[in-house]
Amino acid sequence: MSERGQTRLPRAIYVAGAAGLAIVAVPMIGLLVRTPWSDLGGLLASDVVVDALRLSLLSSIAATLVAAIVGIPLAIVLARTDFPGRSLVRGLVLLPLVLPPVVGGAALLFALGRRGVVGGPIADLTGLVLPFSTLGVVLAATFVSLPFMVLTVEGSLRNLDRRYEGAATSLGATPWTVLRRVTLPMVLPSLISGFVLTWARALGEFGATITFAGNLPGKTQTLPLAVYVALEQDRDAAVAISLVLVAISLIVLVSLRDRWWRAL
Amino acid sequence: MTMGLSSRIITERATLVVDIALTIDPGMTVALLGPNGAGKSTVHASLAGLLPLTDGRIVLNGRVLDDPDHDVFLPADQRRVGAVFQDYLLFPHLSVLENVAFGLRARKEPKERARIVAEEWLERVGMSEMSARRPGDLSGGQAQRVALARALVTQPELLLLDEPLAALDVRTKAELRRVLADHLSGFAGPRLLITHDPADAFLLADEIYVIEDGSVTQIGSSEDIRMRPRSAYVADLAGVNHVVGSATNGDMSVGDHMLRIGDTAALGPVVATIHPRAISIHLSRPEGSPRNSWRTTIERVEHYGDRVRIETGAPLPLTAEVTPAAVSALGLTVGSPVWASIKATEITVQVG
Repeated sequence: MSERGQTRLPRAIYVAGAAGLAIVAVPMIGLLVRTPWSDLGGLLASDVVVDALRLSLLSSIAATLVAAIVGIPLAIVLARTDFPGRSLVRGLVLLPLVLPPVVGGAALLFALGRRGVVGGPIADLTGLVLPFSTLGVVLAATFVSLPFMVLTVEGSLRNLDRRYEGAATSLGATPWTVLRRVTLPMVLPSLISGFVLTWARALGEFGATITFAGNLPGKTQTLPLAVYVALEQDRDAAVAISLVLVAISLIVLVSLRDRWWRAL
Repeated sequence: MTMGLSSRIITERATLVVDIALTIDPGMTVALLGPNGAGKSTVHASLAGLLPLTDGRIVLNGRVLDDPDHDVFLPADQRRVGAVFQDYLLFPHLSVLENVAFGLRARKEPKERARIVAEEWLERVGMSEMSARRPGDLSGGQAQRVALARALVTQPELLLLDEPLAALDVRTKAELRRVLADHLSGFAGPRLLITHDPADAFLLADEIYVIEDGSVTQIGSSEDIRMRPRSAYVADLAGVNHVVGSATNGDMSVGDHMLRIGDTAALGPVVATIHPRAISIHLSRPEGSPRNSWRTTIERVEHYGDRVRIETGAPLPLTAEVTPAAVSALGLTVGSPVWASIKATEITVQVG
């Protein structure tokens, strides 16, 4: 019984679409079925989980902020200027998107490790050692999530009608004022998408983190690492922590859904 | 120091080379009239400071704005050039009031003062009630008023209007043309109106530059352009007769001549458009006499292939188009006394 005039689609489209939905839904159902609901409170209150949750939130938010501070300017330069090697720079920035995170972690280690090309001098001069530190967790998360910020913002800047910026300039606005009062506000929905995507990627980061920052509870063990460790030792704990990650992701998706759906 | 705008604008791009000399005295409106792609927007962008010259020079009230030979280029934000853009380009994320206050805020006026001045301007263009609205809520005509206020609020030294009436429907256009005329006369500096619509140019400009393929093909008053077109483009524009006059009660006075236009709603300055083929030429007073018929003489006869253009003289100089057969049958030559007639329904009237 379909509504009169409703769009008619081939049956195969519905079948394939339902299969797509199942790929996402079935694992979630599996997780819920396997959840030890009665012990959940105790499992989640354990030091390991609380530490990992705190560290995950802290490092993913810090990584998102760093990605915004350096990624938005990078996106502006890429979208607004033309210089030799621009496409090379763009490709390089997007590399972490396709690179296996573990390779990224290894590269970070070679460059910024205690004996790395850059890490050595930094440690000698300041005493700051990045690998196996909380700062290292932030850096690894920034490395893998930066492309999301740059791509989203650059794309929206390219789509923006540049004549608005010209209009602002002719009204006496300096380049900085144009950026602050016209360009960025006009791409605000994409900026928000950029923040959400970047943060989500940083929160889920595993490979680069474990390679570069290790897996030290309370110091570098984030929620995804805690799930991995718990899978070996305590399955109930692994399920409980996974549930926390699903819950956080859902809360963010739902609370930002208006902007999210509209901008993407 | 010479006041006003004096410029030679040369820009070279792959598709179009623009080279025009443009001078506008304070208090004068020049219209840049030309087809799409003629280089009008390039001139606008060069004067606004959004496109550097390849060669030439722009001087406004004694200040050099652009001079590539001497490596001078004043960026757009330092030019004091007010611009109304095609499609108006009001900032969609700001309220009407914030849009108008934008230029003042950008020039570091304190917030409160910027608000007061912006409110005054909104009052002046009759848009006070819309000050809290977003540009998306405005009609084309309202957006034009806001765009005008936004451009004028910073007291620019030159006013640029890029196709300010192009986005409007015919009725709003007539009304807005009048609003524009009022505000143009209130602006003391040089004004440049960019348009592809001859009616805008004829009704609003003191002087018209016709621009085609990046060069000026004719400069003159609306009278010059209409009566003595110097290129095919202008002839096509002007070949359609544009008669400027004043309308009352369905009649239009053009100098001493009265033209019956039928449109009783039109009042005040109007442009009547009469197609050359709507004018008939007779040797004696036409039978069943349409109201619009008068005695005149033939001033010029020009053959264009299978058509002949005839210019009539006083009391109402017009161009008529007839067949070569009619010319030989009636024996029309320069100096022939004839009767010209037009049906009132063949006259299209635009309110100025």
